[in-house]
Amino acid sequence: MTTKLVVGLDGHSSGERALDHASKLARLIGACELLVVYIIEWSPYSFQTPEENAERHKRREDEISTAQERVIAPAVEALTKAGLNARGMVRHGNVADMLNEISRAEGAEQIIVARSRENSLSKRIFGSSTANLVMEASVPVTVVG
Amino acid sequence: MKLFNTGTLSLLAATVLANPAIAQEAMTLDQKVNQAFAKATGPFVSLIFAPFPGTSFPWIVMWLVVAATVFTLYFGFVQFRFFGHAIALVKGDYSDPNDAGEVSHFQALATALSGTVGLGNIAGVAVAVGIGGPGATFWMILAGLLGMASKFTECTLGVKYRNEYPDGTVSGGPMYYISKGFKELGLPGGKFLAVLFSIFCILGAFGGGNMFQANQAHAQISGIVGDYPGWITGLIFAAVVFMVIVGGVKSIARVTEKVVPFMGILYVGAALIILLVNYDKIGWAFGQIFTGAFTGLGVAGGMVGALIQGFKRAAFSNEAGVGSAAIAHSAVRTKEPITEGFVSLLEPLIDTVVICTMTALVITISGQLMIDPDTGKYILEGTSIATVDGNSGVALTSAAFGASIGWFPYILAIAVVLFAFSTMISWSYYGLKAWTYLFGEGKTTELVFKLIFCVFVVIGAAANLGPVIDFSDAAIFAMAVVNIFTLYFLMKVVRKELASYSSRLDAGEIRRFSH
Repeated sequence: MTTKLVVGLDGHSSGERALDHASKLARLIGACELLVVYIIEWSPYSFQTPEENAERHKRREDEISTAQERVIAPAVEALTKAGLNARGMVRHGNVADMLNEISRAEGAEQIIVARSRENSLSKRIFGSSTANLVMEASVPVTVVG
Repeated sequence: MKLFNTGTLSLLAATVLANPAIAQEAMTLDQKVNQAFAKATGPFVSLIFAPFPGTSFPWIVMWLVVAATVFTLYFGFVQFRFFGHAIALVKGDYSDPNDAGEVSHFQALATALSGTVGLGNIAGVAVAVGIGGPGATFWMILAGLLGMASKFTECTLGVKYRNEYPDGTVSGGPMYYISKGFKELGLPGGKFLAVLFSIFCILGAFGGGNMFQANQAHAQISGIVGDYPGWITGLIFAAVVFMVIVGGVKSIARVTEKVVPFMGILYVGAALIILLVNYDKIGWAFGQIFTGAFTGLGVAGGMVGALIQGFKRAAFSNEAGVGSAAIAHSAVRTKEPITEGFVSLLEPLIDTVVICTMTALVITISGQLMIDPDTGKYILEGTSIATVDGNSGVALTSAAFGASIGWFPYILAIAVVLFAFSTMISWSYYGLKAWTYLFGEGKTTELVFKLIFCVFVVIGAAANLGPVIDFSDAAIFAMAVVNIFTLYFLMKVVRKELASYSSRLDAGEIRRFSH
């Protein structure tokens, strides 16, 4: 049976370290599929102008293709080249919720993320996505420093 | 993406440079604007508000209420039967997780609400209660409850017949459902009616969606900092609106859209606190509302006077039957157009039944409306009820809140300015959609509309309340004349959707997604 590992990327260089660690684990496991995921932070309860609403569908497509091209495709390509079994995925939503959701839906054994570099007011108030993930996840989480 | 180009910048500079010349004859300019405006719009206003022969009852008010009643009966009290389902939809219980990132039901509702919750709820209600007495509130609530069915009808159609362009953007609203819907049913005149609606929608965008807002924002600001010429407020507002709609400065709109809901909650919160503090008067206030609704308690026109004011303000505030909300709601991502109809029926409830009623209760309880102690009836000053400080419109609401919470008028001033601004941004979009329907999409045609829109901001701030409110009402109600006429033909389309959806819902084919 193939073991699945979810790797959460945030588009920063720290994601490389998460990928490195995940590749190492994948080699140790052997029959392993790496699910490289990028979550676009989005809430269905935010407020928008009518114009933003009218353009939302187009924006969403743009956001997905940008994330796919810049983050996911290069990562998947690199992993495949290195002889690993890898698949990419881009989703909208809350980072912690979605990573957890995907892991559950895919039956993943573990989530691997890099320590986030967020340093803002919202982090102080709501905590970082990584911290939230660790608190809420239903599968083990590895945070790469 | 739109960028600030040099052409628009130089235009802005030219407007600013022209100021000193205007300043010298400030008062006369305000008066001139007012006079010219009243003269130009007079005949249009008289036509829309013409009374039934031999009565003082404007036919347009009857038009709206009859429509709302017909829709309520035709759809079997849909506003009550599907109320719970509407809440579940807004919460996202039925949203497909794979559609995450698209416009949600909540967002469509919030956007439409920020266009309707505004000065109608604060200033408009004060006008209604100031002329029609507390009894107007009763009719306002009734009109709000019935209006939920009108909203349901138009918003379902708005999503069903919207245009989806190859680039992924959407355009919807009455002009699209009128032309497409009539064609589908094989009815003639769809194109003509759609054009007529668009013309009225543009006028409505300039009137209620713009001038009325600018006017009352100025009244509120000058009430606090002292009287000064209206065109100054107008120019400042016009400049900010210009930056957002022409310059594409999204950050201003984004800040407003985030602050407006907060202000709405603050407003209702403050009203609730005032009601709690004066809990002993709530019973009396409701007594005034019920007695006033059927006797008028001495207001001009008696019961009918109260009823007209209540119905008029409710329609102006929640825009049910007007068709504007159908434009706002049509951006939602859903496979079932009717779900957006369910969501939209919450709008008149929040806007009129909750927020407007709060304003009316606070004004009634504050004792700002003067009562003759001997007869228990309201004292009249012309056609309006005499108030303690002689206030009307937003100033009356401000005084009523100020009577209990001394510093609240300052918060209210900020709220009024923000509400006015967000309503203007929403209506600039509605007007633009009607404009592009008529003249086609394109950068230049859009720019022309946006510039005219900014000019009307200045006119609105400089003119007196009377002519502005008359024109605003007339323009918005003219939209309702066309929209409701077509809804009578198109409502069977909605009934078919409703029957199909509810049978699938009952059969369990439409399921909640576990989140």
